[in-house]
Formats: sequence, C-alpha cells, structure tokens
Amino acid sequence: MSPGTDPVERGTVQNTSGTPGGYAGKWLDIDLTKNKIEEIKFPYSTLEEYFGGRGIATKILWDRIADKWTEIDGLEPENPLIFATGPMTGIYPGARICVSGKSPVSNGVVGSTAATEFAVEIKNTGYDGIIFTGKSPKPVYLLVTDDGPELVDASHLWGLDGEKTLIKLNKEVKDTLKKRYPRVGLWKAPGSMYVGPAGENMVRNACVMTKLCHAAGYGGYGSLMGSKNIKAVVAKSRNMFPTVDAPESVKLLWRKAHAELIKVSDFRRWGTGHLGYGAGAGTSSEPIRNWQEEWHDETSIGVNRYMDRFWVKTKWADFNCTTNCMKVSCIKTGPWKGDITDVPDYELQAYCGTNMGIFDPEGNVHMSTLMDKLGHSGINGANTLGYAGELYQRGILTEEDIGFKLEWGNVEAFDKLAHMMAYREGIGDVLAEGTYRAAFKIAEMKGLDPEELLKYAVHVKGIEIGAHGTRSDKDYTHDISYAASVQGGDHTSVAVDGYNDMSGALFYDCAVFCTFTARGPSAALIFDFAKAITGFPITLKSWRSVTGPRIINLQKALLLMGEMWEPVKDDDNPPRFYEPLPTGPYEGKTTDRERVDIRLQAYFDTLGWDERGIPKKETLERLNLADVEPYMAKYRL
Amino acid sequence: MWPEASRVRVFMPFPGLEVPHLCAQCQDYPCISACPFKALSKDENTGAVIVDREACTSCGACIRACPGTVPYLHPKDNKATICDLCGGDPKCVEVCTEAGYNALTIVNEGPSIHRKLYSRDPVETAKDLAVKLFGEKGEEVIE
Repeated sequence: MSPGTDPVERGTVQNTSGTPGGYAGKWLDIDLTKNKIEEIKFPYSTLEEYFGGRGIATKILWDRIADKWTEIDGLEPENPLIFATGPMTGIYPGARICVSGKSPVSNGVVGSTAATEFAVEIKNTGYDGIIFTGKSPKPVYLLVTDDGPELVDASHLWGLDGEKTLIKLNKEVKDTLKKRYPRVGLWKAPGSMYVGPAGENMVRNACVMTKLCHAAGYGGYGSLMGSKNIKAVVAKSRNMFPTVDAPESVKLLWRKAHAELIKVSDFRRWGTGHLGYGAGAGTSSEPIRNWQEEWHDETSIGVNRYMDRFWVKTKWADFNCTTNCMKVSCIKTGPWKGDITDVPDYELQAYCGTNMGIFDPEGNVHMSTLMDKLGHSGINGANTLGYAGELYQRGILTEEDIGFKLEWGNVEAFDKLAHMMAYREGIGDVLAEGTYRAAFKIAEMKGLDPEELLKYAVHVKGIEIGAHGTRSDKDYTHDISYAASVQGGDHTSVAVDGYNDMSGALFYDCAVFCTFTARGPSAALIFDFAKAITGFPITLKSWRSVTGPRIINLQKALLLMGEMWEPVKDDDNPPRFYEPLPTGPYEGKTTDRERVDIRLQAYFDTLGWDERGIPKKETLERLNLADVEPYMAKYRL
Repeated sequence: MWPEASRVRVFMPFPGLEVPHLCAQCQDYPCISACPFKALSKDENTGAVIVDREACTSCGACIRACPGTVPYLHPKDNKATICDLCGGDPKCVEVCTEAGYNALTIVNEGPSIHRKLYSRDPVETAKDLAVKLFGEKGEEVIE
C-alpha cells in the first residue's frame, strides 16, 4: 500500500473476488492531457474498507498524489477531479453524487455531494465513478452512454451560464441519442453536472452545478473542473441498477425506509427555507451582514411570503427522493422577470439574503438565481460577497476600489459584484480567491496587517462557514462543529464528538445518499440496508469504530499535509464567533472558548490523535493506514 | 430498480417540470391497428394494450402510430412495451400505498374520445407547463 501505486495492481489481500452488491464494478480513469480513457477496478477489500463516495475518493487521492500533496496547488492539472457514487446511491432514497479532489480552498479533501440524476445515470452505464487527471487542451464535456464514454467538444458551451448550458445540453444529448437509436422510442432526459462562468474562470470557491440550482458547493471543485477545461459531465443509460446482495431484504427495507420517511413532513411542506425566519427569530443563528448579527425578526423573509408570491410549485423531488425539500420559485414581473430557482433553501435565503442585508424575498430569489447561473457557490461565493460588504462598511474597501457603493441590502450592487467575481474583473479578481485568500490580498493592497482583515473572515480551514452559527448554541451547530471538522466550515459535515460523526454525514457521503433522507429511519435500519445491498458485514459499530475513523484519519492526514493550517491554532472558530451576539434573545452570548478547548481535546482523543490533533502511530496501524505513518511523523512535536 | 424499463416513466426535460408518461388508452387504439404483425391487443377487462412479445418484431410501428410516442422498445429484449395495468392490479398503486404516500388510487372510468388528448410527447406537455409556471420565460427553457 504505497502512495502513487495503481490501485488495480496494488497487492492487498483479497479474501473475496468479484464485485460486491450495489457497485457497478468499474471506474472511468480519464487522462485529459493525453486524451486517454481507461477502465479501472478496485479490489473488493478497498471497497469494503472505503465504501464509496468521500471514502473511496480520499483513498484514490492518497494512492495517486500523497507524495506530492504538499507541493501541488489544487488547480494544477495533476490534481484529480473525482466524481464518486456509492453502493447505496439511487437504491436508498435520495440519490446523490460526491465530487472531490485536493480542495483548491482548504488544501485538504472535501467530499462535496449534490443531488442529481447524473448519479443514477452514470451508475447504470456501468461506472461507479470517474477520475479526471491532466488538462484538456480545449473545452470538452464527457458523455457517457451505454455505448461507452466519449469526450465531446464543448467550445460552443464555454462561456454560457448554468441555465443556458443545461438547456443546450438537454437538447443536444437528446438529439444525439435519437439519431443513434431511431427506433426505441423516447428517453428520459440525461443526467448532467456542469460549471458556470465562475468555474470556468477558476473562482476558487466555485461549485459544480446540476439541475439549475443544485450544487456540489464546498471545496471549490467547480474551479478544479474549470481548470481542466471540462464544461460538463453527462450520462444517460437504459440499463438497470447494479444487482444487490440480498434483493428480498432490500425490497423490504426500502418499504420500511419509506414508511418512516413519509412521516417527516416539515421539509416536504416548507422546504428548508422555513428557517429563513426560524433561524433568525428563533434560534438566533442566522448570518446577517457578514455575521455581525445572528438575530432578526423580519417577517418579510418568512416562508409564507415566498409561498404566496414566488412558489410556482410546492413539491419537487430528485430520483427516489421522498423528502421533496425543493420547491420551485419564479419571478414573473419586473426587472428580474424569468428568474427561476428552488425555495430558495435556507442556506441561500441566509447567504444570498440576510447576510447581504437583503430582507426582501424578491431580491433573495434574484441573488440565488444569479449565483446559480454564474456557477458561484451560493454559500461560499456569497460569503465572500458579504465579506466585501463588511469591508466596505468599515471603509477598508472604498467606492474607488469597488467601482460603486456596496451598501447592505442593495441587490443591484451585490449583483454587479457577483458578476465581477465570476469574470475576475477589478476587485472581483481578488474576491475570486475566496474569503480567506482575499483577506491576505486586500491586506497587501492596503498595507494592513492580515490579522486586521482575518477578523471579519468567517471561515474554518478556508471553507466559508454554512449559515448556522454557534454563538446562541441553539442551532445544531456548537463549539467544535466547524473547528474540529476535517471539512472546516462545511455545515453538512460537522464534528460532534468523533464517534457519532461516523454514522452521520460521513456515512451518507460515502454511501452516497442525502442527509435529509436519513432523517426518519433509524441508524439500525440504514445499516441493515447497507449490509443487504453490499453483503459486507457492516454494522453501526464497525462503521463507527473502524471504517469511519479510517476515512477521517486519512482526510485529516491529507489536511495536515496541505500545510496551510497550524494544528490546534487553526482548529478553531473564526474570531467573529467569539464576539458576543449584539442583539436578540441571546444578546451577549458567545461561543464558549473553554468548552471548545475541552471538546477539541476529547475529539482528538476519541479519534486516536495526539493533543495537537496528529493521528498517532498506533491509530494508523489499527486502521490499516500504516503507510500514512511516515508522513505524519514530521508533524509531531 | 430499472428506471428506463418502467412502464410509468416520469420525464423532466427541465428541472422542476416532471411529466408522468404512460399509456392513456385512446378509444380508437391507433397502436393496435398500426401493428403489421397483430402483436398488440386490447385487454377487455382493463382496456390496457397487451403486447404479444413472441409476435412483436421490434419494428416500431406502434411507437410511430401513438400520438404521444408512449410505447418504447424494452432495453432487455427490444420488444414493444406499454403499461398493461398489471392485469388490473397495478403494482404502482400498491407500492404507493405501502410506502404511505397514498397518491395513487384505482378509478374506474369509461372510455372517452378525450383520453387521446392525454397521449402526448412529454416534452411538448412540459413546454406548455413551462409557460404556465414561468410565464414568458417558460418559452425559452426547453429547446
């Protein structure tokens, strides 16, 4: 097991041959520089040890580039871009795909998932995932059908926004299939993922988009995709899902899961957007004006306002999804006529709304649509826009620097800045580096101490924090939620206590299905499901004590090897999260630093890390990660 | 699971525009009369179109004759495939009930000339729905 070795030839012990249930069995390995497409397989043992999605992606990254991890930047051609399904994708309700690589933002690994039929289609064409390396000399998209993979010229799509890209791709691929199979009748639309202008122009925190307003947002993989000249990946299959290990059990469990899921009705009725008012007025944990406040009682941003004026459809689900958290919003009159997006969901109500000082649903729907069209992450890119807003408020960035007044709540101004960021124009070029890196650049520009600018940068490990604060302690995010997480500010993968984490987001990201379709069914049911699909002797206990920690340890090792973050010092919340809340029912309350310190040490201890968060030798050996040890020794004191 | 082999398929040519697509049982059954090999017949009890898979030659005449391009060649055996209402005890209704959604129920409806109007290309239906949902913008979202 040494890094850089081809996983196919790597001689790990194989106690079982063949493909486990739920896996298509093959992966596409595409070298864009050499224009070479190969099929590879992973040994049974690797699948059992890393499962899929985030787990297998981390393992691939380790095997391929661990020895040069510290040196290469996330946007260099050598960095693989990985699309990974998991054995439960499409079979368990709520299909998603995991996008990964060395994060251009955190220098570690982020498993960034998105709900999309692309996950279902790629799996049914016979591939569990795709690894892209190198860089294409010209814009391309990958089309995978039952005839196999092909790289198609995408010059005509390059430069188009997300919406137009999707419309054109749907038409183009439909026509191609009709030509190839003139007699079979109609096909459902293909599954696709794509980048907008932000990804093309390598805005570091840009996301990989799908279905108009779904995204693999955290990690900045849109910029990695753009850096490789990949405009889109598209798949369409007429084949069935891979067979499962115990079909009768799966059928029974599928019904049991649905019977539980039907009872979870809040998201089905209101979407996550009901928190737009709820998290502000209730839990006081919603970002307002770059997190200067986390409380508001503005009923204008209540879910009913969206429902009454903008929702044109109250239920919209992805394949095999029971949660229906998406609704469809559309602006039908005025300057933003024709803007179409989802609820917007809570994250974008906060980040493309309150965090820019926008409390008007119309402005919020517009900013959400715009971020999606440009291919910005509606959380991460929007965090950077909010950061610029505060720098303007404080007079650090001036009207001269920006080119116009950037006042809170001014939709036109934030709209303009989002464009400048996507096309890297003016100050937009600086902001396109993401909040953390932009802070350093602006400090240099202004001759200020970087600490002066980092005070207002709301991120952990460079990953701009999701829209759930820790100061009131009333949301699901607390003390070490972000501070200890190997995925930093990612609100979908927060740290709890190092043991329970393993059966939460990490498992769903590896399996790969949606966190929201895990709400309802018990953990025991979900793990029975995993076992019935794969045939692995997987249990809640085995996952929490061995498989989960193995993946987190490997992610942690790669994060350390990124050498961007100082152990312990950077395993912390941003300064803003220690300022007392200025308003609301929890006024004066703030994140308890002492508690952070205690919980952080407990977290390290549970995962078998030393007091500085470096995985211990015996931990690595226990988890079959002995080859990681030589890399870790130098980080220990 | 086999999404493209289901006789009840939900098309989504643009996000949020889902169009269920299945046999509407036209009163004059153009598919049956179009089949040169007499492979298609009407189930007298349910009104569904039954395909004789032995007789079907995969010529596609039924697909072309259908006003909604509903039949398709099954990915496995390449034979014409149309919803047969599971002989009067549809599985889709059963699973919908078992899973607790109760969105589908069996209704007994007599034949009507208007049934044929519901047999449409799902993309055409989606284009109409797009305008209904999105107004003018709806005219641009499906090419």
